[in-house]
Amino acid sequence: MIRFLTQFGRYVMLLKKVFSKPEKRGVYYRQTMKEFVNLGLTSIGIIAIISFFMGAVITLQTAYNTENPIYPKYLIGLGCRDSMILEFSSTIAALNLAGKVGSNIAAEIGTMRFTEQIDALEIMGINSASYLILPKLIATLLFNPVLTLIAIIVGIFGGGIAGTLSGVITTENFIYGIQYAFIPYYITYSLIKTVFFAFIITSVSAFQGYYVEGGSLEVGRASTKAVVFSSVLILLFNVILTQLLLS
Amino acid sequence: MISVKNLDKSFNGKVVLKDISVTFETGKTNLIIGRSGSGKTVLLKSIVGLHDIEAGEIWFEDTLFNKLSFENKKKIRSEMGMLFQGSALFDSLTVEQNVQFPLDMFTNSTNEEKQERVNFCLKRVNIVNANKLYPAELSGGMKKRVAIARAISLNPKYLFCDEPNSGLDPITAILIDELIKELTEEYSMTTIINTHDMNSVMEIGEKIIFISDGIKNWEGTKHDILTSDCESLNDFVFANALAKKLRSASK
Repeated sequence: MIRFLTQFGRYVMLLKKVFSKPEKRGVYYRQTMKEFVNLGLTSIGIIAIISFFMGAVITLQTAYNTENPIYPKYLIGLGCRDSMILEFSSTIAALNLAGKVGSNIAAEIGTMRFTEQIDALEIMGINSASYLILPKLIATLLFNPVLTLIAIIVGIFGGGIAGTLSGVITTENFIYGIQYAFIPYYITYSLIKTVFFAFIITSVSAFQGYYVEGGSLEVGRASTKAVVFSSVLILLFNVILTQLLLS
Repeated sequence: MISVKNLDKSFNGKVVLKDISVTFETGKTNLIIGRSGSGKTVLLKSIVGLHDIEAGEIWFEDTLFNKLSFENKKKIRSEMGMLFQGSALFDSLTVEQNVQFPLDMFTNSTNEEKQERVNFCLKRVNIVNANKLYPAELSGGMKKRVAIARAISLNPKYLFCDEPNSGLDPITAILIDELIKELTEEYSMTTIINTHDMNSVMEIGEKIIFISDGIKNWEGTKHDILTSDCESLNDFVFANALAKKLRSASK
């Protein structure tokens, strides 16, 4: 318990350093643009692939589990749409990003720590926590919602393709299903969750990397911890946010 | 001038430095020597504020540095340059971006002015045609020289070097030593160098302190070092067979 509180205290202290006034806004702006590419644009591919197949599998599973004449066929499209919007685009995508982006952040910052690059920043009088972490936070907080929207669109598209190619549903029925009883608030709910998850992934991973002590072995461990802790927190906050936003 | 008074530092209850007092003089190459694990790097990092100290005072001219807040330390830190043991160049930046980094952060110069300064610093450390290379593409000696160029880009008053020639061949090591000495004289900096290389000591050591097991055991010049009666210093200085023979011959 004491160890947990100590770590939590260090995490809060780190965040305080991260959100202090930037030394030079222009440099931070350039750094943020770089992070948009490193952490955001490079994640589009993996998110699109995962979402496409997720949508396809949801459609097929819904179809095989609703093989009953009393269920209208368009429910398959509706099921795919709601599953993608409510859960898969935000939570499953976040868990994947925890692996890709989280480990990347922890490894990058951890390596900078043990190769004394962070010390070099401190010596220059630069707030290293803010310089290294704030641009990553801004980039993920702004770009992950875009990834979520991409995941929703590609996932539903994947569902449509799989459904029609396998013959479990017609294109007309699927399109009717994804338009049926649409609740726009679900998109808002999904985007709110995404923002929270982006904050968790970036800050927890950065925390693990920033306080690395030792060498490459410890950087590897920090990277693993970043993914594990981020994933657990994402699942925990998924429950809390769902209760708060949908009840 | 940098003064250290009664400095104590420990990690998790283990005393690493005890009651260190020393003055490092302006315009001179001040050397901290000692065996590996004696506390040299901890002393250097404590002086620059990378480690918090348990007791003692660190004065930069007439400013008590270790009692300043992070924000107030910034002014003095902008006057510091440091060469790390592993060079600590930023992997994601090219050579010229590394040297330009402090200029981007702390000056309002135009891009042309910054480029001019970068080229001057790189030329000063004899780095040519390497502006667009990344640190991973450089040799050990080149990395050290680029790190020196970055350290002097803001015309620092204080230069700190942690094992500047570790991992380098003897000729490159001498070139790095000479470069540091020249820059110290040229810019009248207070330079502090950590080393266990006796070649460096005899080449550029103007003021030397010897640390053993976290305690300052000896202080003097390179001329005094060969005739000292400090036993632990003699064990360190005359550790290799050649040095022992030279000592016997001189007696």
